[in-house]
Amino acid sequence: MTVRFEEQPIQDIEKKDLVAQVAQLRKDGYRLGQICATTLTENFEITYCFDKDYKMVSLRLMVPRADAVVPSITGEYFAAFTYENELQDLFGMKVTDLKLDFGGKFYQLAKKTPFNETKAEAVANAAAATQAIQTKPANAGEVK
Amino acid sequence: MGKQTIVPFGPQHPVLPEPIHLDLVLEDEKVIQAIPSIGFIHRGLERLAEKKEFTDMVYVGERICGICSFIHSHAFCHAVEGVMKIEVPERAQYLRVVWGEMSRIHSHLLWLGLMADSFGFENLFMHSWRVRERLLDLVEATTGGRVIFGSCKIGGVRRDINEEAMGGVSKELVEIEKMSSEITSIFEKDSSVKKRTVGVGVITKEDAYLLGAVGPVLRASGNVSDMRMLGYGAYGQLQFQPVVETAGDCYARTQVRCREVHQSFGLIRQAIERIPAGPIDVKVTGTPTGEFSARLEQPRGEVFHYVKGNGTKFLERYRVRTPTFANVPPLVHMLAGCQLADVPVIVLTIDPCISCTER
Repeated sequence: MTVRFEEQPIQDIEKKDLVAQVAQLRKDGYRLGQICATTLTENFEITYCFDKDYKMVSLRLMVPRADAVVPSITGEYFAAFTYENELQDLFGMKVTDLKLDFGGKFYQLAKKTPFNETKAEAVANAAAATQAIQTKPANAGEVK
Repeated sequence: MGKQTIVPFGPQHPVLPEPIHLDLVLEDEKVIQAIPSIGFIHRGLERLAEKKEFTDMVYVGERICGICSFIHSHAFCHAVEGVMKIEVPERAQYLRVVWGEMSRIHSHLLWLGLMADSFGFENLFMHSWRVRERLLDLVEATTGGRVIFGSCKIGGVRRDINEEAMGGVSKELVEIEKMSSEITSIFEKDSSVKKRTVGVGVITKEDAYLLGAVGPVLRASGNVSDMRMLGYGAYGQLQFQPVVETAGDCYARTQVRCREVHQSFGLIRQAIERIPAGPIDVKVTGTPTGEFSARLEQPRGEVFHYVKGNGTKFLERYRVRTPTFANVPPLVHMLAGCQLADVPVIVLTIDPCISCTER
C-alpha cells in the first residue's frame, strides 16, 4: 500500500492581484480552506488555501513586516473575516476593507500580537525582559 | 421594528462546556445578529514548535483537544510524514483507522448527550454518556488511555493490538453498536427531539459551502465532502461514502452524526477484517525540510495541520486550523433570524470545541 500524500500546488502572487485571483477561484467553485500566516525575518508569508472536489490549491503572498497591509478577501468569501481578524490580532497586520472588523478584539488575549516575532526575536526579547527585571533597584515598586 | 437589545451569550453558559462569547442583538425574542469573539483560553500551542523538537510535538498536537486527541496526533504525524515522504507500514495505517473511528464514535456519543441536555432531555443525555463509557473502556484496553491515547508517532504507531485482543474488540463493538442503535433511533424518531430541531437553524447548501462550513454542518446541507475520501491512513482501502443529508437544519445535522456513528462501527469492522500482519513503525531519520498541509476528517470536520520545516529539528511554522474555527461564520449565519430559545440548540449543532479553537 502506498501512502497517499495529496498534491498541494502553491502559486506566488502580488498583493495587487490578490482580490482578482480570489474572485476567479470563487467563480470556479472553490471553497475557502484557510488562511495561514508565517512570520519571517523580513516578511509575513500569507498562504490562502482553497479546495474543490478534494483538490487543494494555494495562493502565496509575501508582505513586508515594515508595511504589513493586505487587502481583505471578505468581499468574495465573507468567512475570511475570522482568518483576517486573526492576522490583525495575532500578527499585527492591517487588513483593509474587512467586512467584519473586530478592531483587534476578536481574540481576547493578554498579550498584543503575540505572533509578530520570529523565534530569534522572541529569544532576544525574553532575554532583554529578564535583564530589565534583574537590573531593577532592590527597592523598586516598594510601597512606603 | 421592536426595540433592540444586546444579550451576551457566554463565555460562561450552562449549555457551553467551554468558553465562547456571542453578543446577540435581539428584537423582542428574535435574534437579528450574532457577533462572536474567542480567545479567552488561547494557549499559543503553535509557537511551542519553536521550542520543542518536531518528534516531541506529537504530544503537544494530541493535547490540543481532549475529545479528538488521537486524530490531532494523527494529523500532525501525517503532516510531518508528508514533508519527509515517510512511508508508514500498512498495519500502522489500519490501526490509525481503528483508533480514529473509535474517537469519532465517542465524540459523537458525547455530542448526542450534550445535544439532548441542551433541549432538556436529561434521560437521553445520561444514556448517551453511559454507552460512551463502554467505548472509552475499549479505548483504555487497547491504548492504556481514555482521553490521551498516546499511540501515534511519526512513522507509525507506538503499540499494536494482538489477534486475541482484536477478537475481543470486535465482540465488544457488537454490544456497543446495539446500545448505540437504541440511542440514535430516539434521536431519529422521537417527537420531542423533532420539535426542537426540525426547521431550526437552517443553512442552505450554497451558503454552507461559501461560508467555509466543514464536517457534519457542511454535509447536513447536501454537500458531499469528507476528507477521509482523500485516502489517508487505510481509508483508501475501505468501502464507504460520506453521510449526507439535505435539509440543512438542526435535525439534519443530528441525523448525519447518528448515521456516522454506525458508519464508524462499519469502518472498524472492515479494518479489523483486512488488517495485515507486519511492522507497526519505521525508523525516522533526518529533519523535515519543506511544507505540507495534512487535511484529516475529525468528528467535527476537516482539520488542517500545516507544517513547515527548515532543516533543523525545530519547525519553522506549525499551524492548526480546527473545524470549529471554520464553522464560526456558518454559525453566525444560522443564528440570524432565529428565536432566542433556539440559540443553545443551534450553537450545539456545530459541535463547538473551543479547546481545539484555542489551540
